[in-house]
Amino acid sequence: MAIALDSRPMRDVTAWNQLKTNRNWLAIWFMLPAAAFLILFLAYPLGLGVWLSFTDARLGRDGIFVGFENYEYLWEDSIFWLSVFNTLLYTSVASIIKFAVGLYLALLLNERLPFKAIIRAVVLIPFIVPTVLSAIAFWWLFDPQFSIISWSLKKMGLITANIDFLGDVWNARWSVIFANIWRGVPFVAITLLAGLQTVSPSLYEAATIDGATTWQRFRYITYPLLTPIIAVVMTFSVLFTFTDFQLIWVMTRGGPVNATHLMATFSYQRAIMSGYLGEGAAISTAMIPFLLGAILVSWFGLQRRKWQQGESND
Amino acid sequence: MSYLTRRALVKGGTAVAAASVLTGPALLEWAKAWAQNAPWKPEKGAKLSMLRWKYFVQAEDDAFVKLIEAFSKATGVPVEISRESYEDVQPKASVAANTGTGPDLFWGLYSLPHLFPQKCMDVSDVTDYLGKKYGGWVESAVQYGKSGNKWICVPICYSGNMVNYRLEASKKAGFSKIPDKTDGFLEYAKAMKKNNTPGGFALGHASGDGNGWVHWCLWSHGGNTVDKADKVIINSPETAKALEYAKALYAEMIPGVASWNDASNNKAFLAGEINWTDNGISIYVAAQKDPTKKNIAEDMDHSFWPTGPIGKPTELHLMYPVLGMTYTKYPQACKALMAFMLEADNFNPWIESAQGYLTHCLNAYDKNPVWTADPKRAPFREAAKRSLTAGGLGSVGEKAATAIADFVVLDMFANYCTGREDVKGSIAIADRQLKRIYR
Repeated sequence: MAIALDSRPMRDVTAWNQLKTNRNWLAIWFMLPAAAFLILFLAYPLGLGVWLSFTDARLGRDGIFVGFENYEYLWEDSIFWLSVFNTLLYTSVASIIKFAVGLYLALLLNERLPFKAIIRAVVLIPFIVPTVLSAIAFWWLFDPQFSIISWSLKKMGLITANIDFLGDVWNARWSVIFANIWRGVPFVAITLLAGLQTVSPSLYEAATIDGATTWQRFRYITYPLLTPIIAVVMTFSVLFTFTDFQLIWVMTRGGPVNATHLMATFSYQRAIMSGYLGEGAAISTAMIPFLLGAILVSWFGLQRRKWQQGESND
Repeated sequence: MSYLTRRALVKGGTAVAAASVLTGPALLEWAKAWAQNAPWKPEKGAKLSMLRWKYFVQAEDDAFVKLIEAFSKATGVPVEISRESYEDVQPKASVAANTGTGPDLFWGLYSLPHLFPQKCMDVSDVTDYLGKKYGGWVESAVQYGKSGNKWICVPICYSGNMVNYRLEASKKAGFSKIPDKTDGFLEYAKAMKKNNTPGGFALGHASGDGNGWVHWCLWSHGGNTVDKADKVIINSPETAKALEYAKALYAEMIPGVASWNDASNNKAFLAGEINWTDNGISIYVAAQKDPTKKNIAEDMDHSFWPTGPIGKPTELHLMYPVLGMTYTKYPQACKALMAFMLEADNFNPWIESAQGYLTHCLNAYDKNPVWTADPKRAPFREAAKRSLTAGGLGSVGEKAATAIADFVVLDMFANYCTGREDVKGSIAIADRQLKRIYR
């Protein structure tokens, strides 16, 4: 072999030739399209957003670097802190209730029910309806003058005046949280149901023979086996809720008196409506630590299993 | 839809009104003659594109399309029209001005040209020509139109925002019309609530109706966001007085106004839930169109805003200017189109088709039959004359527009009226926001 090689005319092996054939580099070539896609559509916009937050850019005009000026302003802006509070309240209350109701529904749907397939499909409806449409429906349900809820209660003689759902600070907060829960429960329920169906029936049979109660079966079989799914589903649920925009924008536009402004709607208001792109970007960037925090909590808190690393459960 | 009534014809002794019935072939003939004599000759091979705000009344847009068709036929210049919701024209125009490409003409909201005055064509010759021909421009239009000594846009029209009220209920409360002073208006609101026929103004983030009434309230009591030099002066005893007045008025309103957007009061008024509010003419037009609401159309009227302690009208109406971008390849065609739009033979039928939604900025059009055909439209005729400019005493530029878009004044009133903040607190929040906007 060596002799044969030597007899060939010498040719320079360029670095490019090596890169073309090197097996280790081959992997990089295959990953390149995906990487380009991620950089172009994820990393670049994210980086640009962070960069904008350090400038005084206005809509339609480049800004200059102003360091932390936007953040300093927001730090003392009472509306910003109100929006942070609103977002945390909205996310925590809605997520907890969505989880509880979703889990309950999933357990229920996992039982032998008549018309099981239809019921499962029906449960998904709130999730299928476009958010803007359901938000408009809720906007009517909570209308200060035309609310069917107020109307029914009045007809039943339980109240005398219309309930001011979206005009009162706390009423408005609970109303939008309710709408979010209504919309988010199906996602949690259906995903958890999928998780439940992966639990082997033989485990329940064994436990039943051992005399375990319903609660014990749930606590020691269902719950531990469901944890990975719960972690995933709750991470998504928290992320979606935290970054919610459409529901709020359609129902209240952040009102009354900014009582339902989430960080996302507030960012839009400052960046697009008022044209302060830099400040709006700073508000969006301020959401990142919260989101990272939420991801870390669910990843490390809820999920201690090695399942994540692809090893068998222990 | 033709407004050729006997009355219009009789009145049509003036050239202005008679011209308003020009349609079809007659309009084209006229347009051709106009193109021959117009001071602006479109460039060879010129074609234009225009981005305009999206219509509120279909009839207005139909009339506008007709007008543009006549222009194209007479001058041979095709015009491409695109429409955006009125809040979205501004960002698009800003980007176009910044990048130097996009539609040649933008027709947007009040302070739009002042966001990039150096990118707007100087149209002083067009406005001079129109002003001389049609009885001069109203004061607020001059303010919106000029940057320094030159005109950077052509003010086309206003959309008025007036007090809407029910006649029967007001009479029962002892008022034949809306009182012309703010004190009287508060008494009116009290009497109306007492009779269980309350009304209300929007305190939610309602760009039109909400901003309309809080600026009226602030200005009528002598409060101002900034002075002539754009220095923030919101923190004043006058502002505090305006807030106190608004809170007293709020107490007499129907519950729920804090959540109202621009559509809420229309719905509530048309359902008979409220008996006074502020709005354009849309409630009235909607009531006329709907056979089941005829009684509401008959039993309602419009009124100017009451004047406050400072003793003169302090109203805020929306202005719609059209501007040409300096990057256009066909400036003469742009100018010809702008002038063409406001010529009596085009403008009269167009403003008529808007049924009172839109108010002219050139004095001669006071004679348009749209204002006399139905006396209930009459207050809207004065919208342009009574309007102050965005920003009050201050400049009409970007800063004023930002303050309005960010609901600074509206939130200040909402904060105090709903009891979230005291007087000092709500003024302080607005003061801080304004100082940042006007720095």
